[in-house]
This record gives sequence, C-alpha cells and structure tokens, in this order.
Amino acid sequence: MITIALAGNPNCGKTTIFNALTGSNQHIGNWPGVTVEKKEGICKVEGQQFNIVDLPGTYSLGAYSEDEVVARDFILKEKPDLVINVVDASNIERNLYLTTQLLEMKANVIIALNMMDEAEKAGIQIDIASLSKQLKVPVVSTVASRNKGIQELKMKFCEVLSNNGQSKPEQISFGGEIDAAVESLEREIKASASVNGYPSDWLALKLLENDKYVIDLLGKQNPEILNSAQEHIKKLTEKMGLEPEMTIVDKRYEFISKIVSKSVKKPSKRIETTSDKIDKILTHKWFGLPIFALIMFGIYQLTFAIGQELLGGIVGYVLEVLSENISGWLESINAPEMLISFVIDGVFGGVGTVLEFVPLIMVLYILLGILEDSGYMARAAYVMDRIMRALGLHGKTFISMLVGVGCNVPGIMSARTLDNKKDRMIAILINPFISCGARLPIYLVFISAFFPKNGGTVLFILYATGFIGAIIAGKLLSKTLFKGETSYFIMELPPYRVPTVRGVMLHMWDKVGGFIKRAGTVIFAVVTLLWVLSVLPFGVEPYSQASILGRIGSAISPIFKPAGFGTWQAAVGLFTGIVAKEAVVATLGMVYAGVEECAELVAAIQQHFTPLSAFSFMIMSLLYTPCAAAIGAIKRETDSWKWTLFAILYTFAIGWMGAVLVFQVGRLLGFN
Amino acid sequence: MTSLVFCPEGTKGKILDIICDKTLAKRLCEMGLNKGQEVEVIKNDAGPVIVGLNGSRIAVGRCMALKIYVN
Repeated sequence: MITIALAGNPNCGKTTIFNALTGSNQHIGNWPGVTVEKKEGICKVEGQQFNIVDLPGTYSLGAYSEDEVVARDFILKEKPDLVINVVDASNIERNLYLTTQLLEMKANVIIALNMMDEAEKAGIQIDIASLSKQLKVPVVSTVASRNKGIQELKMKFCEVLSNNGQSKPEQISFGGEIDAAVESLEREIKASASVNGYPSDWLALKLLENDKYVIDLLGKQNPEILNSAQEHIKKLTEKMGLEPEMTIVDKRYEFISKIVSKSVKKPSKRIETTSDKIDKILTHKWFGLPIFALIMFGIYQLTFAIGQELLGGIVGYVLEVLSENISGWLESINAPEMLISFVIDGVFGGVGTVLEFVPLIMVLYILLGILEDSGYMARAAYVMDRIMRALGLHGKTFISMLVGVGCNVPGIMSARTLDNKKDRMIAILINPFISCGARLPIYLVFISAFFPKNGGTVLFILYATGFIGAIIAGKLLSKTLFKGETSYFIMELPPYRVPTVRGVMLHMWDKVGGFIKRAGTVIFAVVTLLWVLSVLPFGVEPYSQASILGRIGSAISPIFKPAGFGTWQAAVGLFTGIVAKEAVVATLGMVYAGVEECAELVAAIQQHFTPLSAFSFMIMSLLYTPCAAAIGAIKRETDSWKWTLFAILYTFAIGWMGAVLVFQVGRLLGFN
Repeated sequence: MTSLVFCPEGTKGKILDIICDKTLAKRLCEMGLNKGQEVEVIKNDAGPVIVGLNGSRIAVGRCMALKIYVN
C-alpha cells in the first residue's frame, strides 16, 4: 500500500487534516523503540487505499528532541511515497523552515497550505501559484477545520503519485564556501562509510550542522570523518565569523524570505487578532490566575455532575439489571456455585463497578480535549509560569501536571516537551501525585458513603492536594537531587481556535478506549487472580480473612493502623491499586462480602470506615505508588531502574505519611 | 539597541542579536526568533514576555528576553 506521511509544525492543523483524511479508520500505536505515539490511518480515494502516517509535530528536523528524530527517520528510512507538509498560512515564514529541511532530504513533497481562513482574516494574501513555482512543489490550499480543500488535496496526491515522477524540489544554496565543504565531506562519506540509507550530501550537511545524531552514527563507523568535519567547521567559522550551523539556519531563512516576498502580501499594520483580544484577559497580570482556577474548578464540577450523577447512574442501572438476569439464568441451569460466584461477584462486582465510571472519564477527557484543542492549555502554562518559577519549576511542568489529571501515563510522557534534563526528571517524578482519572472511582465511593452533599468540594480538595503535593515535591527535588538551572520558558501561544467536535471526540475516544480495554484485560486478570486468592484454600469462605488474600492483607495491614485504616480489606485494596488504580474499587467491592452493586459497597464502606479514616484513605490513594502503566512510563522516560524504584518507594512513603498526618491531626482536632 | 525585556508593549523593532549559547540560539531561530526578524512586543508587564512575529505569538521567559537585543 502506498504510504503518505504528514509533517508540519505543532498547531498547524496537521491532526485535523489527518482526521479528515482517515475519519475513524485510525490506529494509535508506538514507534518501535521509543515512546512517541504513532498515528496511522487508512484513506480511501476512488477505491484505492492509502496508508497515512501522522508524524509528530516539530519546528524543525534536527536532532533536538526525540520527536524530531522519529519524524526525520521515518522520512529518510521508511521512505514514504509522499510527504504532505502541512503549513500554517497565517505563520508562513516559520512553517516554511521545516519545508526547507524536507527539501534538503529530497523527500517527495506536497504542501497543504492550511488555515487559509485565518490568513485571510489577518489580511495576508498568498499567491499559491507563485509559491508553488518557487519551491517547485505542488501547493493545495485548505481550511481543514471546515473540511475545505480536502477533496482537492486527495486529488492532488493521487495525481502526483500516479505520475510517479520524483518531484525535483528547489535546492537551497548555503553560499559558495559551505556548499564546497558539503561536497568535499560528501565525497569522503561516500568513499568510506556505509550510509544506512541516508543521502550522503544530506549527511555531509548535518555534520557541518553539528547534528548530534549523525555525528553518533558516522562516528561509530569512521571517526576520521568527524575530524574532517571539525576541520571544515573551524575553517568556515574563521572565514565567515560565524559557525556554519548558524549560517545554514540564516541561509534557510534568507531563502524563505525571498520566496515570501514574491508570493505573500501582508498588511502594513498589524490587525489585532481576536486571539490577542482574548489573551488580554486570559493572560492578565492579576486576573489570569483566578480565571484559570475558576475554569479548572468548573471542569471538575461539570465532570462530577454530568459524568457521575447523570450518566454513571444509567450505566449502574443497566449493569444491575444485567447481573440479576444472568444470575437468575445461571441458577436455573444449575450452574455450580463457584461459577455463579465468579461471574456475579468477580466479573460484575469487579469489572462492572469500574465500568460504571466510564461516563465520568469520558466527560473529563472531553473537557480536557476542548481545553487543549482550543489553545488554552498553552495559556495555562503561561499563567502558571510565574508561580512555577518562584517554586523552581518550569511553566511547562504545569501542563504535564494538567495532562496527568486525565491519566498519569500521558502526563509523564509529556515531560518530553521540557528541554533540559533536570526539568524533565522532576516533571516525571512528581506526576504520580496528580490525581488521575482512574482514582476517581475510589473517591466517588467514599464520597457517596460519607460526603454525599459535598462531592464537588471534596474532589476539588483532593485534586488541589495532588497539585500542591506535586509542586512541593518538585521544589524539594530541585533543591536536593536535581540542583541546577531551570531552563528558559520559550513557548508558542497558538491562536485560539474553536475545537472541532470530531477532533475532540476522536481524542477522547482513544483515551477512553484505552481505559475500557484495560478494564477488559488487566483488571479482568487482576480480578480473576484476586478471586482465586480469595477462595483458596479450598473450602474457606470466599473473601474472608482466612483466605490467602485475607492473610496477605492481614500481614500488611498493621502499617496502616496509624492512618486509620488498618484493616486487611483496605490493605488488599491498596495493594491491588499498584497494578491498576481502577482495581481498588473492584477489589473493595469483592472483599466487602462480595457486593455486586455500588450501593451495597457504599453501605459496607460506611460500616468499616469513619469520615476521617475515609478521608485519610483517599489521601493515601491520591499520593501513593502509581499504577503499573505509570511505573512503566516512568521507566521508559527516565530510562533508569534506579529512578523508577525511587519513584515507587518515595510515592508510597509520601502517601503513607500524608494519610497518617491527616488521621492523627484529625483525631487531635476532635474529628472522628 | 536595547534588551527586549525593557521594551514596552506595542514596541516594534528588529532583532539585532541574541546573546546565549549555541543550542538555545538555534532553537530560538527555528521558532522564528532570528537576527533581522521584525517583532512586536504584545505583552510585557509580568511573567514571560509575549512577542508577536509574522502571525505567531511566542512567550519568552524574562531571563531569556533579557538576552535578546532589538533596535
């Protein structure tokens, strides 16, 4: 099948085009060997099928970050039949920088000049024919968010692909001296090293640019070439007063300038955009922060109201009816007691309780998706930067914390947007304190039991504690284990855009899909295992203290006494939470006399806990060791067993201390 | 020639130089903050400075803005 890659800057509408081309025929996986997400989908045009790969959005194709290397490697090694370069028409100079690099790689390129509507609004006029002629590359104008130009794009790439011609894009000259150096290095490379499929003139250019990745690659085979390159660099720097890598960047921009001056007309006065007007308020010195707090508070309230009360109740009802019918049917066919117990208590009690929270997770992800797609997330990082910086942290760390609210795994992964190692490590290690979607079911059960009228407030307190805890941990880490300078805050503020319904839904669906899949597999496995442990040794009363499960719980439980929940059931619950946070409620549901419905679990909680111990239990769930998936993400992102182990232990310690503190102080204050 | 961080809102000018290490300078270039680039100060009261250029808005931390010189 023909493969087409989509490349472009962040925020240029690449994903919107990807969605428009592939619809719901998408599939998200991982690039082999790295943790960057790989999005692929199928596009059908007149009976033909095309494989579309959405590359990570990058400003350039250097070796600055993992994203860039992944995008670059795909184009050079997998050699897609075509690269659609999505360019934001309202910001054309910067976007064309990536284009120049694509041309250097001799990729087969079509440009999708997107966001033409915004360019128009800003008074920018673009002569598409002239642009195309100068770049020697086809250009199609699109407004992906309104589905305009998509058909033309499809026609164009079919046309280009069926012509089979290798496009001969314009090549940039970097000035006589550099061009000569490139040629000389290229000869050396061709003569002595195997190029692994990369074009040798491109490799030569990268050497002059001090490209870390290429240096590693060629250095391994032939260090001589590196010395040669260094010589050239020294000579060029002396001659031109500037290092070749900076000259090369300048030359690229010169090239772009020339093209833009011939094909783009800009208004002489800057028209204040709507985004700027909105930003006056949202990034306001005094109002910015409270507005942000209000928005987040609103989101949590909405999630609770719609997701839990409204929709969760419906799912609960359906499950109840289903489980009654099935248990009735099983009894009528004289199924063995064991099987009935497994299906009703195990499967329905365990997995079912978790599924009841799916609507709530859906609402949360929809709201977060809207926030992200509209462009507000970047403002959130901006508004928080002052505070974060005073605490020794980076504004972007806050974004990873916000993402962690949905799920800690993408939260931990988004630490990659931080440029320096210290900031990255801290962002990764404090993310587990952020309350994720899977912990919500735990809170909701305890809230229903003891704080039914103050649900939204308690949730807000818990989430706030998570954030505050993360910030304090970050501050401590930056003072002790990770001393050093926080990197500068450099961030693009994309223009505000109305999120597309399709974009938000697709975004939400693949997160929620993951949640449901985990329910079906990991949690199902955990539930089965726990059920087995709870009915052995044979003959024991299921889920009782005498079962193996009960005995494990009893052995662990003493450490939780000072925290107010030193029962074997609580211990078992927390223990399974390390596999998956969703499993805590499932487990509690089973060990408290095998209840199958939320209401009965709530009643059991009311008997075994007090409001104070419920609160301390929630604090423990909030802060302690994250789930296996998050632990896996920490290992992948830090690439270190030492730090992963540290993360597991220190979060448990903090969780325990937090719970104990809450319980003991609460008792002193007279609460119960 | 003055540092970006001292320019009031509404100032328009050209970037003359950026005094920082190579990797950072290259990064800024790639994002559009280049020598000779025309920029406008959109916001400069507290927190990172918001710089407008060619239709995009880039927020630059104050320490960084200190190192960008414009005329």
